[in-house]
Amino acid sequence: MTRDPVGTPWWLPVPALLGGLFVVVPVLAMVGRVDWTSFVALVTSRSSLTALGLSLGTAAAATGIAFVLGFPLAVLFARARSRWVGVARAVVLLPLVLPPVVGGLALLAAFGRIGPVGAFLADHGLRIAFTTAAVVIAQVFVAMPFLVSSIEGALRVGDDRLERVAATLGARPSRVLLTVTVPRALPGIGSGLVLCFARALGEFGATLTFAGSLEGVTRTLPLEVYLQREVDPDTAVALALVLVVVALVVIGPSSIRGARSGRVAAP
Amino acid sequence: MTGLRAHVVRPDRGVDVTIEVAPGECVALIGPNGAGKSSVLEAVAGLLRHAGRVEISGVDVTTAPPHRRRVGLVAQRADLFPHLSVARNVAYGPRAAGVAGREARERAATALAAVEVADLAHRAPATLSGGQAQRVAVARALATDPAVLLLDEPTSALDVDARVSVRSALATAVVGRPALLVTHDPLEVVALAARVVVVDGGHVVESGPTAEVLGRPQTPFAAAFSGLVLTSGTADADGIALDGGGGLASSDRTVPPGRAAHAVYHPTAASVRRDGAGVPRRVLSVEPRDGLVRIRAGELVADVTVAVAARLGVRPGDEVRLEVPPEEVTVFPTAPTSPID
Repeated sequence: MTRDPVGTPWWLPVPALLGGLFVVVPVLAMVGRVDWTSFVALVTSRSSLTALGLSLGTAAAATGIAFVLGFPLAVLFARARSRWVGVARAVVLLPLVLPPVVGGLALLAAFGRIGPVGAFLADHGLRIAFTTAAVVIAQVFVAMPFLVSSIEGALRVGDDRLERVAATLGARPSRVLLTVTVPRALPGIGSGLVLCFARALGEFGATLTFAGSLEGVTRTLPLEVYLQREVDPDTAVALALVLVVVALVVIGPSSIRGARSGRVAAP
Repeated sequence: MTGLRAHVVRPDRGVDVTIEVAPGECVALIGPNGAGKSSVLEAVAGLLRHAGRVEISGVDVTTAPPHRRRVGLVAQRADLFPHLSVARNVAYGPRAAGVAGREARERAATALAAVEVADLAHRAPATLSGGQAQRVAVARALATDPAVLLLDEPTSALDVDARVSVRSALATAVVGRPALLVTHDPLEVVALAARVVVVDGGHVVESGPTAEVLGRPQTPFAAAFSGLVLTSGTADADGIALDGGGGLASSDRTVPPGRAAHAVYHPTAASVRRDGAGVPRRVLSVEPRDGLVRIRAGELVADVTVAVAARLGVRPGDEVRLEVPPEEVTVFPTAPTSPID
């Protein structure tokens, strides 16, 4: 009758429950702090809506760019057998473990006015640092590793037998990639996009370092929350709740589906 | 012009195999695991690069990628594309070749009908049984009208009932095109292949028409493959004088006395006694075998019923006498080119 024939130790739910509470209690406490009478006015103020729009727009753009650049990386990582690819993977996944503020500094060093890329672009009349483009770059930098590792994980499940069959059936490598590899990676692409978007939406440290906090240009919702915390805690809490809701909307469906099928969205 | 000519070399695995398949001929490639059979198939398919020379329909395709070789591959597992319906799976090859949608669908329908699974066209691969999926895989390979058909243990993952239907699908598939069949199933060889090539240790050790290789095997592997006991010696007036001592009379002998010869018999034909007439041998092992008891004595083998084994009470180390009726023993010349290792 039981779905878990091995059995679970009786004490396991105790730390598990504590772990759950550890996440739920702070969020609920914050919800308790929300001043509901002024909530609507606070979150629909001009600066709030600007920050929310900027956040959603940049996170969506960053997710798109991360997919275009990250999917090929994931395919190469999943297929290559070379030791150097292991090194390359470690470097590409570095932002996962790097403090975002360090990432911001690195981006500034490359794309800033005196950086190699920044100087080149400046010569052609393009300034990156402290623009909306910088926000997107910072988000791609920190969020792409989630996408890459998620897709690579999906491709590594099972070997390349389907691709080999497709090749013997006369499909060129590009066709094999689009008609066999992409469908095979779809679960990983789905969860990778979700994680990537959520991480981009929450980006703070690299954005602040590399893009600054200019209202309407680089001040995303997390930056707005941090700023308002100093001057107007009620607004900060209200906007924080908005972020929680957006995050739940983004990650909820795929997480529920993952639990049903016995798989988890996270890499 | 040949259907297929391949010289497969893999120095790292000690593989050096040359194989030729005439147009319309099906050749079975048999041998122990790790002998190099899969290397040959992969090299022909182009999935293993830099492994010798491959010529298909008279064209050197050694440097061609798999998608330009026109090979049809049916492996142990069907490997249908799970996100496509059966019909779309079979139409995949024609579509990849640039055939328009309608025409590709018609080719798929024809291929599905040829292996008698037309009714499965709209099913999803996940809903098929193993045998159905494998027949669809055969249809998918046929729909590309391959110049060579490669069958890599196509029924070994199936149960007995499914094997029958897949084998008949394969019999349809191999008609009129060169095919290379890797298998561990003697029935499949008899049903499909006109010629057998035995690979062992990375080299061809024996080849010939199916009846010849399976009926008069020159190598221990080929003998075991067809369930026979192979022994060697020198032909004499009655049959064969065995290298290990003693002799077997044979009523099926064509070897002039004095020549090196092999003898084969089926192990159930042999009888074992404690003493009296027969070839004396010391028992090496006694083991259960398909409801019988297999007694290995020297290089000879006898399968006896459990009752007989119990009455004999033989153990390893005992001296026994084996006898095989002359009409069950075939004596034939040792092929000069393929000696027993």
